[in-house]
Amino acid sequence: MSVLLIVEHNNKELKSFTLNAVTAASLIDSDVHALVIGNNCGDAAKAASELPLVKKVITVEAAHYENFLAENFAPVVTKLADNYSHIVCSANTFGKNLMPRIAAKLDTSQVSDIIKVESSDTFVRPIYAGNAFATVKSTDTKKCITIRPTSFDPCESSGGSAPIETAEAGEEFSLTKFIKREEIKSDRPELGTARVVVSGGRGMQSGDNFKLITSIADKLNAAIGASRAAVDAGYISNDHQVGQTGKVVVPDLYIAVGISGAIQHLAGMKESKVIVAINKDGEAPIFSVADYGLEADLFEALPQFLEELNKLNTIQK
Amino acid sequence: MKILVAVKRVIDYNVQIRVKEDGTGVVTDNVKMSTNPPDDNAIEEAVKIKESGKATEVIAVTIGEEKAQETVRKALAVGADRGIHVKAEGVIEPLAVSKILQKIADKEKPDLVFMGKQAIDDDCNQTGQMLSALLDWPQATFASKIDVKDGKLEVVREIDEGLETIEINTPAIVTCDLRLNEPRYASLPNIMKAKKKPIEQMSASDLGIDIAPKIQQIKVEEPPKRKAGIKVSSVAELVQKLKNEAKVI
Repeated sequence: MSVLLIVEHNNKELKSFTLNAVTAASLIDSDVHALVIGNNCGDAAKAASELPLVKKVITVEAAHYENFLAENFAPVVTKLADNYSHIVCSANTFGKNLMPRIAAKLDTSQVSDIIKVESSDTFVRPIYAGNAFATVKSTDTKKCITIRPTSFDPCESSGGSAPIETAEAGEEFSLTKFIKREEIKSDRPELGTARVVVSGGRGMQSGDNFKLITSIADKLNAAIGASRAAVDAGYISNDHQVGQTGKVVVPDLYIAVGISGAIQHLAGMKESKVIVAINKDGEAPIFSVADYGLEADLFEALPQFLEELNKLNTIQK
Repeated sequence: MKILVAVKRVIDYNVQIRVKEDGTGVVTDNVKMSTNPPDDNAIEEAVKIKESGKATEVIAVTIGEEKAQETVRKALAVGADRGIHVKAEGVIEPLAVSKILQKIADKEKPDLVFMGKQAIDDDCNQTGQMLSALLDWPQATFASKIDVKDGKLEVVREIDEGLETIEINTPAIVTCDLRLNEPRYASLPNIMKAKKKPIEQMSASDLGIDIAPKIQQIKVEEPPKRKAGIKVSSVAELVQKLKNEAKVI
């Protein structure tokens, strides 16, 4: 049987985590079909057809798919589901919103947020904010799975030439209406895929003080993260939140500044390759996961840090 | 307008989770249990809507063992009017939970069903969406702001890219983010009053729902431990280590 991968895109380009989802899908079965639902999304479909691991692309287009509402997307997927043993999507807000609506229609118990494929029916997934890993076996004939993108490498993005088919659009779900999306545009690397992440917590004391984080991030070409406390306090917008209910990041370098390290925050960053903690409380739990801990007042340490970075002339871009 | 709020009893968010040595799960004996945190936000929002005069009744429902009733009792103490406790033992998967909630919704005919966006124990993030699918109702997941309008709700959703606003017709499902509101604490007089509020009990089998898990748990283990780190004494030392030892800058 084959795997149906639901592509996340913006009608023009693939969202970067689609590449990670394709890798995970290909570990389940090599016959991966990519489903691109959208409006005027030919460019995204073409990009999907160029992924060497994708064997076929199916596009479904209609005006009411423009804004990715789960109520409109789910019937498209369930209609195609007969031909597939697995339906796969990324476990980000797009997939988390959509997949359970599909699974319930198919009377399938979804396996959420897998970090490893053991076999076509057995997967590893974190539970309790990543404080335990559960190995689970799905007994449903059709399996609905969301994958944690940072746990799988992105697939090759060019060289393939899969055929593109179109399937018929479904009806519009009239009870839900899209109003607007406020995307925070930034020239920085995406938080989910950045090589370096600099995060601030409650210790930053104000939104204005995040400038200290910004200047370090500029120097390191880093994305900016935050603890839930910092977002709740209004220092920075919600799309920066790292943690159990925010984003999961696995950068080469994660610098936690003024973050105490609640287990809910650790859940989103403790798989990072190198972790640095800067905190004036030497007992803060963040030090238990840090490779390098600096017990210091961040308002003194960050300007010094910037100065030291300026002295180096080998910053990798 | 009637609001049904689903609440789940979970290990308290402050408890350091310990994995059982035999790999069958995590230690729950003598561990503090609480209401799943975003479910508290769901109750708070429902009670606030009732206080604003836009809802007439708030019903709290939970599914689980005898002690799960505590979560309903807590909801009653912060303003829910009555409770429903569906008794069920063991692991109840989100699909089974949503089927039970569908039965309750069929019976109670709420205009809105609220719940937390995710339970902090299994981290599934499925139940609200599944219930919407079974009922064919609109879904507003990860809500951080709700405006009740005539027969409609305008909901701001937290998404990876920022914020999204949608308008949904009732009846509808909303799953709540922690930033939706600040849950209140129950006052002692209200805790006493809540003891007199009714909780209807039933079992999953009374409702005709098969709750047998469809996902087998093979094993539960501790995640790999990180190698112990070091404390550095100065910023200069930190930068030197990052450059020459970790080679990440």
